[in-house]
Amino acid sequence: MLADKDRIFTNIYGRFDQSIQGAMARGLWDGTDEIIAKGRDWIINEMKASGLRGRGGAGFPTGLKWSFMPKNTEGRPSYLVVNADESEPGTCKDREILRHDPHTLVEGCLIAGFAMGATAAYIYVRGEFIREREALQRAIDEAYEMGFIGKNNKNGYDFEIYVHHGAGAYICGEETALLESLEGKKGQPRLKPPFPANMGLYGCPTTVNNVESIAVAPTILRRGASWFSSIGRPNNVGTKLFMLVGHVNTPCTVEEAMGISFRELVEKHGGGIRGGWDNLLAVIPGGASCPVVKAEDIIDCPMDFDGLRERKSSFGTAAVIVMDKSTDIVKAIARLSYFFKHESCGQCTPCREGTGWMWRVMERLVRGEAQKREIDMLLDVTKQVEGHTICALGDAAAWPIQGLIRNFRPEIERRIDEFSYNAHRVEPVLVAAE
Amino acid sequence: MMQAAGTEVMQRITDVVDALKEKDGALLPILHGIQDEFGYVPDESVPVIADALNLSRADVHGVVTFYHDYRKHPAGRHVLKICRAEACQALGGQALAERAMALLGIGFHETTTDNAFTLEPTFCLGLCACAPAAMLDNQLIARFDETKLAEIVKEIRS
Repeated sequence: MLADKDRIFTNIYGRFDQSIQGAMARGLWDGTDEIIAKGRDWIINEMKASGLRGRGGAGFPTGLKWSFMPKNTEGRPSYLVVNADESEPGTCKDREILRHDPHTLVEGCLIAGFAMGATAAYIYVRGEFIREREALQRAIDEAYEMGFIGKNNKNGYDFEIYVHHGAGAYICGEETALLESLEGKKGQPRLKPPFPANMGLYGCPTTVNNVESIAVAPTILRRGASWFSSIGRPNNVGTKLFMLVGHVNTPCTVEEAMGISFRELVEKHGGGIRGGWDNLLAVIPGGASCPVVKAEDIIDCPMDFDGLRERKSSFGTAAVIVMDKSTDIVKAIARLSYFFKHESCGQCTPCREGTGWMWRVMERLVRGEAQKREIDMLLDVTKQVEGHTICALGDAAAWPIQGLIRNFRPEIERRIDEFSYNAHRVEPVLVAAE
Repeated sequence: MMQAAGTEVMQRITDVVDALKEKDGALLPILHGIQDEFGYVPDESVPVIADALNLSRADVHGVVTFYHDYRKHPAGRHVLKICRAEACQALGGQALAERAMALLGIGFHETTTDNAFTLEPTFCLGLCACAPAAMLDNQLIARFDETKLAEIVKEIRS
């Protein structure tokens, strides 16, 4: 279990003073100018050495991402964009940072912005987050007042931070869709390449990072890369905010070491599974887009990128959705399919048509009103959506269904059998073709 | 119904647009501003915005309809949003939504006849750890339950 002294987010529950004085008392904004004085290359090398992997779900090494920013921009400004459009069902970590520990993010923006030569940071906050936006704006105003950011600040690097307010579209959490939305357009992802590091916001070099990736950076640089990389398992180092939601006794957001086993995580922080360990049915380990994992596979699984990849799932944002045996697992996944159908931006045909198609089949599977060969057909469709779209939403819609079919095929077949036993009782219903 | 230029509505739209049009990526802030002003995005505002930002009306219409937050019609006096995502469903969100629909006599995206409530679904308010969650106007409600729901309805109806 992570010792208190190794926690990066010291005020995640809002128990202490959130103002800049409180944040400084907890060690933030300490020696920021010294870090900046060490130079761009030192910061990027230190971030690379720390082994921090992006906390937004894909797990791309953060230091490497920063190093992609061009040094010679031919007169164009560079931008840092922070993705606070946390909309993945189950995920509730960034909001805690924004609301209770916003100075970690503000300081992180300055340091990250300096490391990549950015002149300004745009923080894209999700439309539903209202208190969070206010808390963040307050923190930014305090930092301006203290002269930590802005023109001619004490830290010696001119830097502006702007907060931008989203308007309720899940797809805007995708990095290029987020840039489109920032520019005031429909949030439809762009084709890559060109990558944002070359052609991002307003055609200028841009790096998009998750809130947590940026917020942990100052502490890593202060305490040293070796401290951070000493926590966790090789290639999966550091601390991470885990979210335990669903059927645990005490759902919570908690900072823990990467690679903690699922059992330990739930016992220590979740107060056990509702109804005991035997009542555990399945877990979605990383937010709604990750494939579901069966109870027996996950109980002793280390919770990190590689551990969950071995279980054919994904670590995602570490939003652990726990489902006990009272859950109708087919229906739960059908709901997810509906979510992705609802949120598909409509740009690529496989996703626009496929998500609706998959959802309609899933709805029939919930009732059992299908043929068994349709399970394979559905699987085949998910394979055709996956990887054939501009952004990852198509993949995200396909994975939960693949996970369901891989792990709970007998349950789907049981429903089909049950429905067909009773088929003579069902009155035929006319359904309009769509 | 389009209103002629120079009316009070047009004036209010123009004021919002003029105040925000110099910002970078001004379209979303302007639409937020108009929605704050009127409670929805009136059709009359689309040509004004398009004109101010040098966009086509189709561009503006596309953006208004793309984002779920912008309404094309006025909402009731209070907007109740109920989270429909997984964590909330796991803790009784579905039953609660049905209860709310029964209590108000409306479905999602509908407004009661006395114009007191609009019921809307939302996906994840980020309160998964204290599910089920809801939002009344701009106030978040954690651990939402039937008692709280009944209280809110009673309070506002009375």
